[in-house]
Amino acid sequence: MDSKRRKFLKIAGISAIAGIAAPSAFNSLLKGEAFASGGHGHQAESHGGGHEAAPTGKQYGLVVNVKAFADQPGLGEKCIHACHSIHNVPDYGNKKDEIKWIWIEKYENAFPEHSHYKRNEELHKMPIMTMCNHCASPPCVRACPTQATFKNQDGIVMMDYHRCIGCRFCMAACPYGARSFNWRSPRGVDELGKPFIKRRNPDYPTRMRGVVEKCTLCNERLVHGLQPACVEASNGAMIFGDLNEPGSEINKVLKENFTIQRKPSLGTKPSVFYII
Amino acid sequence: MLEKGLKGSNLYKGWMAFLLCLIGVGVLSYSQQYQYGLGYTGMSRDVSWGLYISQFTFLVGVAAGGLMLVLPYYLHNYKAFGRITILGEFMAIGAVAMCLLFIMADLGQPIRALNVMLHPTPNSMLFYDMIVLNGYLFLNVLCGWVVLHSHYKGVKYPKWIKPFIYLSIPWAVSIHTVTAFLYCGLPGRHFWLTAILAPRFLASAFAAGPALLMIIAMILKRTTKFDIGREAQDKLVTIIGYAAILNFFFVGCELFVAYYSNLPGHMHTLDYLFFGLEHDGHMYNNLVPFMRFSMGAGLIAIPLLFASRSKKSDGMLVLACALLFVSLWIDKGLGLVLGGFVPNPLEYVTEYYPSLGEIAITVGVWATGFFVMSLLYKIAITVTLEHEA
Amino acid sequence: MPMYDMNKILPGLIVFVGLVTFPIWYNGGNAGAVPKPEKPANAKECIRPTAEMRTSHMVLLNQFRDEVVREGKRGAIKEAGGVTYDDKSLMLGCMKCHTSAKKFCDECHNYAAVKPYCWDCHLQPKETN
Repeated sequence: MDSKRRKFLKIAGISAIAGIAAPSAFNSLLKGEAFASGGHGHQAESHGGGHEAAPTGKQYGLVVNVKAFADQPGLGEKCIHACHSIHNVPDYGNKKDEIKWIWIEKYENAFPEHSHYKRNEELHKMPIMTMCNHCASPPCVRACPTQATFKNQDGIVMMDYHRCIGCRFCMAACPYGARSFNWRSPRGVDELGKPFIKRRNPDYPTRMRGVVEKCTLCNERLVHGLQPACVEASNGAMIFGDLNEPGSEINKVLKENFTIQRKPSLGTKPSVFYII
Repeated sequence: MLEKGLKGSNLYKGWMAFLLCLIGVGVLSYSQQYQYGLGYTGMSRDVSWGLYISQFTFLVGVAAGGLMLVLPYYLHNYKAFGRITILGEFMAIGAVAMCLLFIMADLGQPIRALNVMLHPTPNSMLFYDMIVLNGYLFLNVLCGWVVLHSHYKGVKYPKWIKPFIYLSIPWAVSIHTVTAFLYCGLPGRHFWLTAILAPRFLASAFAAGPALLMIIAMILKRTTKFDIGREAQDKLVTIIGYAAILNFFFVGCELFVAYYSNLPGHMHTLDYLFFGLEHDGHMYNNLVPFMRFSMGAGLIAIPLLFASRSKKSDGMLVLACALLFVSLWIDKGLGLVLGGFVPNPLEYVTEYYPSLGEIAITVGVWATGFFVMSLLYKIAITVTLEHEA
Repeated sequence: MPMYDMNKILPGLIVFVGLVTFPIWYNGGNAGAVPKPEKPANAKECIRPTAEMRTSHMVLLNQFRDEVVREGKRGAIKEAGGVTYDDKSLMLGCMKCHTSAKKFCDECHNYAAVKPYCWDCHLQPKETN
């Protein structure tokens, strides 16, 4: 190719790119719409929300009275049902695809860092209600590449199912195994034709295949002044409140009782406490 | 210059056709996975990363291995590597292409992949991984093509490409360091939580990448008139050998720390990988034969590698490199990634078996990488041989 | 003006133009029926004027989504005519008036061949017979 033709093509190419890019860049700058609204806009906000909660903000937390659950058989299952039914959590019937937001664990599985040597037999039988700890320093939020999981102003580690790309980095990062992935569509049916979501709650969405989900401390209920569903169903066995509010009921309970937490040495500062 | 990749011997055409078939199978399987969801694979709630991410992790290493050819030549003027830096760069292109394809195959919502760019998240290692992988791909395409094209025209490469070549050197280290940081920054997974992970990744990368390159070079020696030369071959053996020794030294360090300290967090995964882990009356050991083979093959490969040099035996060399490559592939691919999920954070053990469809997609992606590599190598070899004629 | 391979290029060109203009001549110039989205029975004013909704309801939905999910700003939306709607939610807000996605949303979306993925997760209100 001779140099004149080459030069022409170079100039033509650059002009074409400039011609296409310039008006749209100009447009967004002028209107300010691209930055102010829609997905991008609240980048400042979501960035703030994406990092660990400010120490002066709200930090909702839970205190679980394990003995109360041990003394009332079936209470744990009632709480699980309350949560999973209003949130349209599917039941696939197999461990591989399993999705759970709250479930019951044995003591040695929920607290593997604690000593299990010559432990009291009673302790081994106690049902430990296990869910997302809504850590103050959440490794999952640090890991997420799109801020699809982020810490909101109430201290809840939230999920934005619209933004999640399903990379499952958060699942690898969570030290508590609190997260589940939709390996298939939750709206399907099993081989016998039974739907995975037994009865849909029409007031709450489902999720779609390919996104991670977990307990979000019922933030949609908190807005209406309600307690999280599991707390409401727990008959007083679970206390919910703001850990950063000095006079709150949850802080009183924490002052008066000896509580333990899951894997405290990891520095995640979980917001769920257990009275054993 | 591209047209040189479209013509070739029947062997070349047959090889490319074979790869295209494998790619086709991969594409068909992926379309099924796209319809159903990632449950199509063997992954589960407990083992949430499987074959795709493990291949990606290994291939980032192979891509970084190209550095071992570029650095001696461009930084230290080691003339014997002059003809083969292009092979390193083109292997890196194929490897990074495979990495990106594996990541796309692994995403639950692949059409949202651009969210990583639309919502930059400086605290996430995956964000940096996206940057460094794409950057490395761009660098290698640019440098490789410009240098080869200059060679094709019979002139020295233009001065402006030099800074890019120099940039690709630390960049190669960065791609594998960032990938290691994905794993070693997670507080909940004790098997991965080790400062030595990034150095280990780099050591195995600098062994695996050049080992693959050596195998390809030997194939080229047989099928074309391209010979990398005795000096380059021997120097590569040195590089591969030392990198492999370093890698196994690091493995030894890991084993010592875990077993001497007796800390369950570190030990349990190694137990699962090498001896089998007993849990709730059940013995979990599906990876044990693989891991033991990996250790054995790697340890045999090193003396074999050096012996092949003194005996001047290409056959022994290919065997040593193949053993080493497979050993590192198992170690990083299967052992590292799958091991991190066993036992899970609640001390349960769930084993992982890839599904047939998952394997098909994996094979399809590997075939794509080799297709790209073969195409680029064909061009590079043809240009080099024509230029030297 | 002589052109090489004219006997191959000219038919090729005609076929190409034919294919590209296929949608126009196949329907005889008819652009199809204008979509008729069914207006809500229980409310007169929407939260924004119709013209604005027509052009930017997608932007508004995204904005509400980010405000509610990411910022927790679930507050009331006042519309111009003085009527207040409580909820920015798709399911519990918009769909309370526009009760049938099929008769409202899909009318225009089908015409424009747009497939938003809202209903992959959000649940449509039960169709009232």
